[in-house]
Amino acid sequence: MSSLFAAPRPAAELLLRGAHVLDPRNDLDGPRDVLVRDGLIAEIAAPGSLAAPAGVEQIDAEGKHLFPAFVDPHVHLRVPGEEHKEDLDTGTRAAAAGGYCAVVAMPNTVPTVDEPTLLRGLIATAKEQAHVRVGFMAAISVGLRGEQLTAMAELRDAGALGFTDDGKPVSSAGLLRRALQYQQLCGGVVALHEEDATLSGGGVMHEGIVSATLGLAGIPSISESTMIARDSLIAAHEGARVHFQHLSARGSVEAFAQAKARGARVSAEVSPHHLLLTEEAVRSLDTSFKMNPPLRSGDDRRALIDALRDGTIDCIATDHAPHARDEKAVVFEEAPMGTTGLETAFAALYTELVLPGELTLACLIERLTAAAALFELETPTLASGVQANLCLVDLAASWRVGESGYESRSANCCFGGRELSARTLLTVAGGQVSYRERSFTLSAA
Amino acid sequence: MRHLLSIEDLDRDEIERILSAAAFFAEVADRPIKKVPSFRGRLVINLFYEASTRTRSSFELAAKRLSADVLNVVSSGSSVEKGESLRDTVATLSAYGPDAIVIRSPHAGAPALVAGWTHAAVVNAGDGKHQHPTQALLDVYVLRQRLGSLEGRSIWIVGDVLHSRVARSCVQAFVKMGAEVVVAGPPTLVPAALEALGCEVRHTLADIGEADVVYALRLQQERMSESFLPSLREYADSYQIDARRLKPRQLLMHPGPVNRGIELAGEVIDSRQSLIIEQVRAGIVVRMAVLVEVLSGSHASDARRLPVTVEPQLA
Repeated sequence: MSSLFAAPRPAAELLLRGAHVLDPRNDLDGPRDVLVRDGLIAEIAAPGSLAAPAGVEQIDAEGKHLFPAFVDPHVHLRVPGEEHKEDLDTGTRAAAAGGYCAVVAMPNTVPTVDEPTLLRGLIATAKEQAHVRVGFMAAISVGLRGEQLTAMAELRDAGALGFTDDGKPVSSAGLLRRALQYQQLCGGVVALHEEDATLSGGGVMHEGIVSATLGLAGIPSISESTMIARDSLIAAHEGARVHFQHLSARGSVEAFAQAKARGARVSAEVSPHHLLLTEEAVRSLDTSFKMNPPLRSGDDRRALIDALRDGTIDCIATDHAPHARDEKAVVFEEAPMGTTGLETAFAALYTELVLPGELTLACLIERLTAAAALFELETPTLASGVQANLCLVDLAASWRVGESGYESRSANCCFGGRELSARTLLTVAGGQVSYRERSFTLSAA
Repeated sequence: MRHLLSIEDLDRDEIERILSAAAFFAEVADRPIKKVPSFRGRLVINLFYEASTRTRSSFELAAKRLSADVLNVVSSGSSVEKGESLRDTVATLSAYGPDAIVIRSPHAGAPALVAGWTHAAVVNAGDGKHQHPTQALLDVYVLRQRLGSLEGRSIWIVGDVLHSRVARSCVQAFVKMGAEVVVAGPPTLVPAALEALGCEVRHTLADIGEADVVYALRLQQERMSESFLPSLREYADSYQIDARRLKPRQLLMHPGPVNRGIELAGEVIDSRQSLIIEQVRAGIVVRMAVLVEVLSGSHASDARRLPVTVEPQLA
């Protein structure tokens, strides 16, 4: 994974005894002992069959679950320029606490990541501070202004994983086409935030019953779906690789499914908040529920869950978007868009979709790791000989979101105050222990 | 009642109680000395982030007739213009120990936020395009003076519903009082899902003859530049209430200020069917009743002894 960057730490030396190991891609689903030596998975064997060699920490993991660690294709780490919201240290600690081993950072920072020197500086910082590995996207257009292409090839050479103007759409079809043509030269996924500003302009929430009642300007679903339809056709025409970010509406799922069925090289992500919440949450005018795309109707939510289950939507992305307390403690219309999500994604989806039987646990794990392959990264897997990227989770432990604060610098979590099941106990990312639950102690052999 | 934030929070009994108090104050208004000593020494702050003539002046008069002290804070020339946040402004004003804060804001939900930041009772004097509860209460008051009851009456609200907080509050209040409410306007200016408020939606005035009351809304001129309307002339042609459309038995209302010749023709504004001036008159007594309602809330005096909350009340 040469396009991911983290601070070097001692390689993990662990024996996890008797955990229920679940890795759907390897048909693993049962209790095993897992030995990690020098950051690699050395052996996976029947429970009780492995002994800890000298110097290896031993964890009694009976009754706990061990998964391949998760990969998030869409986070905002706010560096450079908005370190009061988040930085590479706090953001990747939040990721590790949520069971993630890798995250992809968006370039809509201040200034925008649109030139190679800036990107090289970011990578250097990640090598000093990041607790899990970070991939960096660069902007498609200079300053996200949608006018002029960035030096895409140079940015790729400097380490860019791909390109996106996330936070804003690429409004000009012509500019997007040029970017996709350039992709043939330099590679890299092009990820798109889909929104027609002439339809959504000024909107602060989903256009529907609740916006009509509150008198708030709405963002109609068609502002997203029409752009997905347009850009799918452009991608297919150019044979380009395009990833659609944070689908929120039924019409978007339908437009995307059609493109996929026609054989376009497209993929899509969905966020936990769109899978679990609807416009009804906005009735309170609580700014924690203000995000872009907005929380939509119950019917849209239904369509997103179905599409995630049947594999139409490929993966889950948190769109982790930290904002400082004072920035969110304003009237709804003036509040910035976004919610944090890294620390709650697995627990929220497990509690609200797996426990009620909407989604199998195996399917959830698959969708939380699928982004790796879509972004040309190695998929975390539990097999001997590979680098250890795993998380140990206590599915039975319940907790109240925010009760003991957040690893993230920001607290704008739309699930704040909810009672959730499943706590991450330990995360190993890139062969290094990157997170341990504070009360979770290891016994030396 | 602790605060008045939205018509949604009121039930029919509470509305009746406020209207009865308003009727009492209407008698006082006919006396040579129009003041009652109820709230001598109490402080009411009018915090206005939007231009307003009738709402602000009637709240001021209402508080003065209750013998309360009144402090007017308007956005121009205040710390608001220097970029102070709403929260800091409210904390500052709360330090003066107000008993009530009357707030007008261009943003939906501002009064509810303020209620979480102060011990004072909060009265919503209009928040964005969301609610204008005292306007709806005074409209119900005026109609009951004329009609006795709203039960089964047909009320048509006509015009730019999309951008109107008056429309949202009035639909809810009229429905609560038993009226049948129809909302009519061009499709670009009526939100699709408005039926959720309990009204019917029409796009023409073809059947306006069935209305007992026609309530016209103000059309803001800038709506044309935003392409909600192709031309004012076309709008007036389709939606203006004039002598041709208004039947002699129908009553006419408007929240003001009126654009003469746009949503209303001059001849109907000055007609005997028009309740527009009665609405303004009712504004004072209904706002007196609202202030009495929130100022006599038992919580207000208790809460003043508690420490100031610093956390916003979200959700």
